[in-house]
Amino acid sequence: MTTDTDPPKESFRLSMLIYDTRYRSTTIQVVALMAFMLAAAWLINNTMQNLAALGKPVEFGFFSEPSSYDINQHILEYDSRDSHLRASFIGLLNTLIVAVLGCATATIVGVLVGVLRLSKNWLVAKIMAVYVEMFRNVPVLLWIVLAMAILIESLPRPSAFRGDNPDATLKLFDSVAFTNRGFYIPEPLFSRSLGDIHLFGQSSLRMDVSLDLLAFVLVLGLSIFAARKVTARADAIQNATGERPTTWYINLGIIVLPTLGLLIAMGFHVGNPELTGFNFQGGIHMRNSLIALWLSLSLYTAAFVAEIVRAGILAVSHGQTEAAAALGLRPNRVMNLVVLPQALRVIVPPLISQYLNLTKNSSLAIAVGYMDITGTLGGITMNQTGRELECVLLLMLVYLTISLVISSIMNWYNNRVKLVER
Amino acid sequence: MKKSVFLGALTVAGLAASGAAAATLDDIKARGTLNCGVTTGLVGFAAPDANGVWEGFDVAVCRAVAAAVLGDATAVEFVPTTGKTRFTALASGEVDMLARNTTWTLTRDVDLKNEFVGINYYDGQGFMIPKSLGVTSAKELNGATVCIQTGTTTELNLADFFRANDMEYEPVPIETNAEAQQQYLAGACDVYTTDSSGLAATRATFETPSDHVILPEIVSKEPLGPLVRHGDQEWGDIVRWTLNALIAAEELGITSANIEELAKGTDRPEVNRILGSEGTMGEMLGLDSEWAKRAIMAGGNYGELFAKHIGEETPVGLARGLNAQWKDGGLMYAPPFR
Amino acid sequence: MSDTHAETVSYVRETMLPEQEPPVTETGVIGWMRENLFSGWLNTILTLLSIGFVYYVLSGLLPWVFQSVWNAESLDECRQIMKATWGETHGHACWAVIKDRWLQLLYGFYPPYPFAPDATVDAPPPEAMLPAYFRPNLTFVLLFIALAPVLFDRAPRKLLIVTAIYPFLMPWLMWGGSLWFPLGIAAGFVILYLVISMGQVRLGSLLAVIAGVIAALLWWSVIMGYVTAGLDQVVPISLPSVESRQFGGFMLALLLGVVAIGLSLPIGVLLALGRQSDLFIVKSLCVGFIELIRGVPLITLLFVASVLLNYFMPPGTNFDIIMRVMIMVTVFASAYIAEVVRGGLAALPKGQYEGADSLGLDYWQAQRLIIMPQALKISIPGIVSTFIGVFKDTTLVSIIGLLDPIGLSQGIRANQEWNGIYWELFAFIALLFFIFCFSMSRYSMWLERKLQTGHN
Repeated sequence: MTTDTDPPKESFRLSMLIYDTRYRSTTIQVVALMAFMLAAAWLINNTMQNLAALGKPVEFGFFSEPSSYDINQHILEYDSRDSHLRASFIGLLNTLIVAVLGCATATIVGVLVGVLRLSKNWLVAKIMAVYVEMFRNVPVLLWIVLAMAILIESLPRPSAFRGDNPDATLKLFDSVAFTNRGFYIPEPLFSRSLGDIHLFGQSSLRMDVSLDLLAFVLVLGLSIFAARKVTARADAIQNATGERPTTWYINLGIIVLPTLGLLIAMGFHVGNPELTGFNFQGGIHMRNSLIALWLSLSLYTAAFVAEIVRAGILAVSHGQTEAAAALGLRPNRVMNLVVLPQALRVIVPPLISQYLNLTKNSSLAIAVGYMDITGTLGGITMNQTGRELECVLLLMLVYLTISLVISSIMNWYNNRVKLVER
Repeated sequence: MKKSVFLGALTVAGLAASGAAAATLDDIKARGTLNCGVTTGLVGFAAPDANGVWEGFDVAVCRAVAAAVLGDATAVEFVPTTGKTRFTALASGEVDMLARNTTWTLTRDVDLKNEFVGINYYDGQGFMIPKSLGVTSAKELNGATVCIQTGTTTELNLADFFRANDMEYEPVPIETNAEAQQQYLAGACDVYTTDSSGLAATRATFETPSDHVILPEIVSKEPLGPLVRHGDQEWGDIVRWTLNALIAAEELGITSANIEELAKGTDRPEVNRILGSEGTMGEMLGLDSEWAKRAIMAGGNYGELFAKHIGEETPVGLARGLNAQWKDGGLMYAPPFR
Repeated sequence: MSDTHAETVSYVRETMLPEQEPPVTETGVIGWMRENLFSGWLNTILTLLSIGFVYYVLSGLLPWVFQSVWNAESLDECRQIMKATWGETHGHACWAVIKDRWLQLLYGFYPPYPFAPDATVDAPPPEAMLPAYFRPNLTFVLLFIALAPVLFDRAPRKLLIVTAIYPFLMPWLMWGGSLWFPLGIAAGFVILYLVISMGQVRLGSLLAVIAGVIAALLWWSVIMGYVTAGLDQVVPISLPSVESRQFGGFMLALLLGVVAIGLSLPIGVLLALGRQSDLFIVKSLCVGFIELIRGVPLITLLFVASVLLNYFMPPGTNFDIIMRVMIMVTVFASAYIAEVVRGGLAALPKGQYEGADSLGLDYWQAQRLIIMPQALKISIPGIVSTFIGVFKDTTLVSIIGLLDPIGLSQGIRANQEWNGIYWELFAFIALLFFIFCFSMSRYSMWLERKLQTGHN
């Protein structure tokens, strides 16, 4: 939309690169790019020179060497003869476990606390305020260390369960043991198991997927899908006739019966932990390093989430609440149907960064000896092989990938709940 | 942008430049202090007191070297390093030497480009367990929960030991000795494994040490010693022979009490050579003739240092054992000063 | 009308009744409690549960805190005193360790009297004129004076001089050395400013900036060394220098936080502008940098500082670990500050940009005179919370072996007297962090409220 009808036909001069706005931005960009590449080249050159002086070429061959160390929590099979790459992979899975558990718990606790902080009950609101301030203003590393110390000092040791008149007993019908080495909970067992499928052969990524679990998830998924259909049909009938057929018992039956049948067919039973030798055997062992990390990360992050939720709720205009009340909705339905869905739009974007923070903070696992990716790849592997450059760069790459994946998933979700404006 | 940060940082640091491959001795002399890497804290070996003065058996080695090189046993900057950062601190020239109970292994010596200059403590990995569990041998530890200090060779030895004996175990990796001690006492693990010197030192600080036993099995060899970077032999020689001088001094009966008298000259040529009243050993190392005298005077000979920091009279209460002089049946054997 | 009314009803009150007291259950303590604590069965249950919870926590905590030992030389002695007084060693704190080591937890190994490195607080050198730890304390107090005009509207504007001087004064006070050195650095900025303002007319703004940067870099890297050395010969003014590895404790945490935020502000502003700019390459470089740094945990950056940064520098250069950590924490903070500033830029109404354009201001003039003053002001709460975050995150340096409070606590526990002590140290550290961070977050909330009212 330029008004120049007849641009001056002057020949190109070098000074135009700087003074002519048409070329200037290109000049700046080229200069910036060159400066960046020079700086990068300088850094790489320095690194190469330094490494050459030390006689340590950059190579990743050490990843296929046996790691020679054990990892206590491994959800896939692993022993000390496996490679460093396998060890890193196990560590990555451990990172993901604590991140997922932590994010879920932080959201639940955070929403609860955020809502309770607005409670009319003075005492409850104050206690929540104290909780939020206490956790937000003390470094998370301290909380992790303290949580670990509390677990270790306050729970009974396994030997306390021994003897005729033990100091401690199993809880919940002799099925759960809370010890200072972690919690032992019952595990599902199948006497007519379908077996496992082995993926990825003998590579470092090999994993066994339980067919029992797959079957269970499949059947449950199908049942829920069917139940949805029934509900949709009920909605259609209600829209057409104004009468809603009672569907809850059909839904319940559709969801419960097939899964129950499957479980019986596979011979489902529960394996309880039992004290044999030094430790409890059987059951699922949740180590206290995991619990301490999970607890402290989620409580710490929940304090931030609570503030986000509170701000989100306060951001919903008061007229909305009053209008909902005028419609005759009960207070909890006002919260669920009117306030929270609107608040969610304000809440989700900062919530994303809290999830990212929690995932990144999970790298503090080394403080309690939880073998996550920082503990394996950035810890023992780096220590034993002395390949700092390779290990640290790979570690950063892994975290960067996790962060990008989380933020893209959450951004997709955010776009879905976002208010579509005209 | 990077550059200005870099420049600012550099200038504030007062240009602590020192070439990784340049002559370390000249750097130290120019700087006036020795930079010595130690642990962040291990009872008896290295720990700061209330005034920030570092003390311990490893610390004493640094002080002896500083005394030999600079003539002042207090001219040492102690740089606390973790298991992770120690070798890089050395390789990058941040410290001139490490005296940080580091096990001498082939990988560390060859692949990580370090140079171990000697051994100041012969150690081995052992197990400590509460007496009440009634275990008398490490072979009975099947299924036990084991606390390990990470960042050391300990976890590798442990994995090998249990694998070789076909036993199961549950490793609990822990960063620091203090943490491990707390977990062990609370019963979060059945067994604590680390170098047996560390075990003894730890046990000594318990409320009732007699409730815990150290199992007879030693599952590894852990020769601990000071080390320097590859590539500066002259500097390596100085540290090596300072350590040897301390060990030889004990063998020859040179103590901090009688050193002044012996330095005036004796009829034992080797004592004279060490103390500089005969020969030119100091000059060969690039130091003056009284280097070894100062090193020994800094804290005493090897035996005195041992007794003062970790010996049986101290809370750590270690017996000499393998670390006795070769004449007394130990492994301490300084090459001749000739 | 009134008399008909009076005639139809048998009784009419002719005087106003005096106001009655509200029922006891609706006012005072009881009314408040009824309204706020027991307004329904659910609330009553919640209240009772909360009271039980608070009682449970306090009944464990208070005896531990207050029935404690303050005077002892070692943990053993503490335990003996506890046994003698209460007959048990559990449930009582041994604060003697704090009494013994609190100076170390606050200042690390910073010498109390830098001119006499061997002197201690208990045995001050006879010629000492200033109190122990004068330099770090002065630096700390000056920090508040320098920040006052930025943080509070009502502070006298003249204090801005202190703010301008502080970045050069602070390193000199903390590290010591020759006074000419920070002055030389400051002179570089003066040169930068002079070249730009003089060259603006003759060269145009872009060339002037480039010329200024080149002149300043030339000064810092080549000329300054000779000039300061010369001045040092003529007029030697210097403080006894303190090695940065002697820094530790809370001082270190605070120093890392302040240096990181201080240095990252200009970098962050540039990054934020780059991210907003239309220039594709500049924008992608900035976005790439910001997302890279924000995508990785601080601990990996600290690993870079502790094991890799020396590899990136030319062979032969070497600066100590605290410097390297400062660089990496600055890099970390600048990515976050960039996002905060970007938020501030985005919050400015578009009219401001258009207004600046319509005045005929060029890009940098518009930024300097119109955009940045407003955007930075809105960003202050965000900057403060970034600072709180960085300050808390400085505890991570203990993992790479620096002696921040947590690192020191490990050292203290490795000492024979205090081996086995645990909760007391962490309680003390947590309390100090809490006091700092809580007051800062209160400030930031106060500011947010103030900015909000200013908006409407």
